[in-house]
Formats: sequence, C-alpha cells, structure tokens
Amino acid sequence: MKLNQISVFVQNEAGSLTKYLRVLADGGVNIHTLTLADTRDFGILRMIIREWELARELLEKAGAVVKVSEVYAIHVPHRPGGLAEVTDLLLGARVSIEYMYAYNLRGEGSAVMVFCFDKPQDALAALAKVGLNPVEPALLFGAAPSTC
Amino acid sequence: MNQHHWNDSECLFLPASAPDYLPLPQLRSLQLQRLRATVKRCYEHVALFRSRMEAKGLTPADIRTLDDIRLLPFTEKSDLRDTYPFGLFASPMSDIVRLHASSGTTGKPIVVAYTQNDIDVWKNVIQRTFACAGVGRGDIIQNAYGYGLFTGGLGVHYGAEALGATVIPVSGGNTDRQIMLMRDFGITVICCTPSYFLHIIDHAEKIGVDIRKLPLRAGFFGAEPWTEEMRKRIEELAGIKAYDIYGLSEIIGPGVGAESQAQDGLHIFEDHFFPEIVDPKTGESLPDGEEGELVLSTLSKEAMPILRYRTHDITSILTTPSGCGRTIRRIRRINRRSDDMFIIRGVNVFPSQIETAILQIEDTLPHYLIILTRQNNLDQITIQVEVTEKYFSDKVSELQSLRQRLAHAVEQIIGIRAELQLVEPRTLARSEGKIARVSDRRNQPQN
Repeated sequence: MKLNQISVFVQNEAGSLTKYLRVLADGGVNIHTLTLADTRDFGILRMIIREWELARELLEKAGAVVKVSEVYAIHVPHRPGGLAEVTDLLLGARVSIEYMYAYNLRGEGSAVMVFCFDKPQDALAALAKVGLNPVEPALLFGAAPSTC
Repeated sequence: MNQHHWNDSECLFLPASAPDYLPLPQLRSLQLQRLRATVKRCYEHVALFRSRMEAKGLTPADIRTLDDIRLLPFTEKSDLRDTYPFGLFASPMSDIVRLHASSGTTGKPIVVAYTQNDIDVWKNVIQRTFACAGVGRGDIIQNAYGYGLFTGGLGVHYGAEALGATVIPVSGGNTDRQIMLMRDFGITVICCTPSYFLHIIDHAEKIGVDIRKLPLRAGFFGAEPWTEEMRKRIEELAGIKAYDIYGLSEIIGPGVGAESQAQDGLHIFEDHFFPEIVDPKTGESLPDGEEGELVLSTLSKEAMPILRYRTHDITSILTTPSGCGRTIRRIRRINRRSDDMFIIRGVNVFPSQIETAILQIEDTLPHYLIILTRQNNLDQITIQVEVTEKYFSDKVSELQSLRQRLAHAVEQIIGIRAELQLVEPRTLARSEGKIARVSDRRNQPQN
C-alpha cells in the first residue's frame, strides 16, 4: 500500500528547518520518519506522517511549498546483502529508485526502507514475487510509535 | 583640424586637445554650427528623426540657438533596437567604414556605424582622453577592453595609436598573461573595467607580483559604474592614478568624457557631444548644477547622428571651473541610473531580460531577485528565484535540472553566466508599489 510522503523545500540557511518543524510541533503532528536531501543551495525535507493532510495544511499555511508524493515502505531482509538483493531485483525489473531512506521502525529480523520508484507498479510486482510486500500502515504508525 | 584662435603659447598638450581649451563663446558658436548641420542631416537622411520632428511641427530652420535643442525629440535605446539593423544610418553603406554592435538588449543587438570621418573624430576624443591625464608618446598602453563587436577595444586602440603611444592589444581575460605583459613589457598605462583591474591586483599578489613596483602609472577605467572608494583602493594597492572615463556605443563608444589629472569630474568632449541634463520623469531641461538624467546629442557624427539620446545615467553638470584649465564642461561621476538597468562586467542588463529568461522555463513569473556582488574583485550576478508549487519536486535531480535550465536561459540572453539559487516562497521582500528587482551589493565591504 502506498504512503503519502510530504516533501518541503527548505533553503540552505540557518533556521529554515526548525521553522517548519516548529509548525508541525505546534499542530501536534508527529513525524514518523524523515530524511533531508541536501544540496549546496537547498534541501528537500521528506517526511512520513500519519496525518499527512493536516501536515500539508499547516505547512502551506506557514508558507511552505509542499508536495505529496507516493512512496512505498518495504520490509527488507535484515542481514548482509538483504538490500543488495532488493536492488538487484529492481534492476532486473528495469525499475529505477528515485531515492530511498530507512524507516525508523524498531523490530526484529527485518528493516524497513522507504522507496520512491519511477515505475511503482512494476516495482511492487517484482518485489511481490519474492514475498516482499509494502508494510501495512497499522504497523508503521500504530505498533511502533516513534519520536524520531 | 583646429582653425580656431586659441592661445597655445604655453600649452604643453597635444594639438588634438585644443578644443578642450576653447574660449566659451567660440565653443558655443562651434556647437551651434555643428548642431544645425546635424539636425539637418538627421531630418534629410533618417526617416525616424524626420517623422518625429514633423510630428512636433519642426524643421531644421527652427534650431536657431543652442537652447533650441530642447525643442527636439528625444531618442531612446528602443529606437535603435526598433530600427535594427541600419534604420538610423544617415550615410550610404559605401561611406561607412565600420560597424559595431552591442549585446545589451533582449534579442537584437544595437548596431552603430562610422564613416572615416567618424573614426577620425573617435581617434581625436580618445587622444584627448589620454592627454587629459598626461599620457602620450612614450607610454606603453595595455588595452584590456574587449576587442571585437564591442566598441571598447578598437575605440581605445586607434586613439592610443594616434596619440603616438605604444599599444598592446591584449583584450580582456587571461589574467596571468595580463600580469606577465605588464611586468615584461614595462606597461605604463592600463585600460579595462575597474572591477577587472581589482581582480588583476588580487591575482598579481597571489602570484607574487607587486604592481606597485612595476612602471605602471595610470589606469583608465570605465564601461561600468564605480566609486571614489574604489578609486582610493586601486590607487593605493597599485600605486597608480586611476581615471574615470565615460562613453557609450550609441554616441560613439569610449571617448565621450574623461577625467583630467585634477580628477574633479569628467570632461565631456562637448565640441562633438552636446550634454544636457533633464528631469528623468518629465523630460524637462534642468540648468547646469542640478542633478538629473544625462542626455547627449552628437554634433559631428555622420554615419549615425543621434539627437538627444536618453542615457538614463544620473549626474549633474558641474558649474565650477576645473582645476586643469579646460573650458569644456564636466559631469559628476556617474554611479546610478534612472531606470533599472545595471551594468555587469561592462554588459548592460535589464531585469526584463532576466524575466524573459525565466519565462522561457516557467509558465508564470515567480518572484525573483537579482543580486550583484563583487567576489575576488570580479562582479558576480546571482539570481534568486522562489520555488513555486508547480515546479517543486521531491527529487533533487529535478530541482537541479530546473536550476540549470533557468541559469542556462539567463546566460543565453544576457551573455554572462549567472549563479542561480532556488529559494523558499515568500523569502524575497515584497513591497507596495515598485518591487526591488535588483540588489546591488558590489560596493558593500566584503567579508
């Protein structure tokens, strides 16, 4: 099942990150996981939030430019070579990974990675063949609350 | 060329400089005679000038005194663009010996033409530019203005040769070579933009050359606005005298005006270029001494005479006599303009050009700010563009690509590489009324 990821454009300067984090904090919104893609001039803050619609509203009200995009959280075998197997598989299915990052989920035996694919349907089909399926939202948001 | 009476018994200057010292009644009479001939030439040979004069019910016979110049219509830069390429020429191509063109416009360049006589006038005013500062035969001049379509390089070149000086046509760029020539050839005079010279000073220090110990003694700096503070810095760091020069392609190129050794304003070679100051908003003539927009008319140009050209440069005509004894009038140093045009590395740029570039990439114009800075003594242009929802992406590569496409579009239009920064929405200052599109921080102290 797809996740709605919230991305925000942040300038590479002091205070720009905390400004938006504060907006979410004041709105009582919890960030389950996040990653910051940074370049010399700007950054893209990508967040997985259960109340993503509320988060978008709060951020836009604060003047942020926000994008909602579809990403997938996948269980990846938690052992040496586990992630390499997944990327090999995707390569074989001619799927490109636009970006990925680790989901902050504490559990045994598996790791969760968030992926943005160029061809999500192909990716999911290829992963399903080897029994790798998107993680259920209940597990992501409910079972292991995270303070990140 | 000097058939006028003037007292040259004590004159130590070039004969070419004679008009600089004409008694005022003679200068005014010469100007009037030339103005009337120019107006007649414009009326008879240039359709645009004729129709504009007719619209005002004017004929050349209506210009009886120098003050009557105020009756004449103005000429704008857009007139040169609209008549591209040869629409303002008053001479047949068979009489034209040179064409130059400027890059400083959207799309089409501005073309300017010279007859042999125009070239001779140009040589004369450049000789006078150098003579103003005591440069002459025996001097070795490194001409680092760009050679080619730009008027700077060749304009200075032929005048410097006519002066009897030795000219090194090095053109711009390649700073290591500039410094090597300066040292090995015993250069005494350099011509370039002030910001480029500061860059040369900086680079020389880096490679262990002390310009103060070289024979270099004077620099002629123009093609971009600069300040008294920059002059002090240049003079201290390089151990030379730094002179401000003024010119524009539409009038002739370099050689419209120059400082003398008194360094008390720029003498306009007004036997060839008639200066007026007008209110930039109303176009009303202002008396000498008052600040306003400089308007120039050519008095002897044949191929492309120009009546009352709006320079958009803000200055005033100085009313006190110059310490050097020249009688031709002076203008105060120019450091600001009446429109939003800015000059970077000698190139004229309008914010509208940046807008055109952005709109080639994005559908609607986002807020943007042009920031001019000076890094390592070279002018830099940075354009901040606010990211809009439509063009924001969660993928770094897409934003980088947007940034590069914007930067490329800007470079294609203005001819200068610009640093392009994507910034958050609403970070650029909004104001009621006129929005500041340009932030010129070139004269702020560097940190």
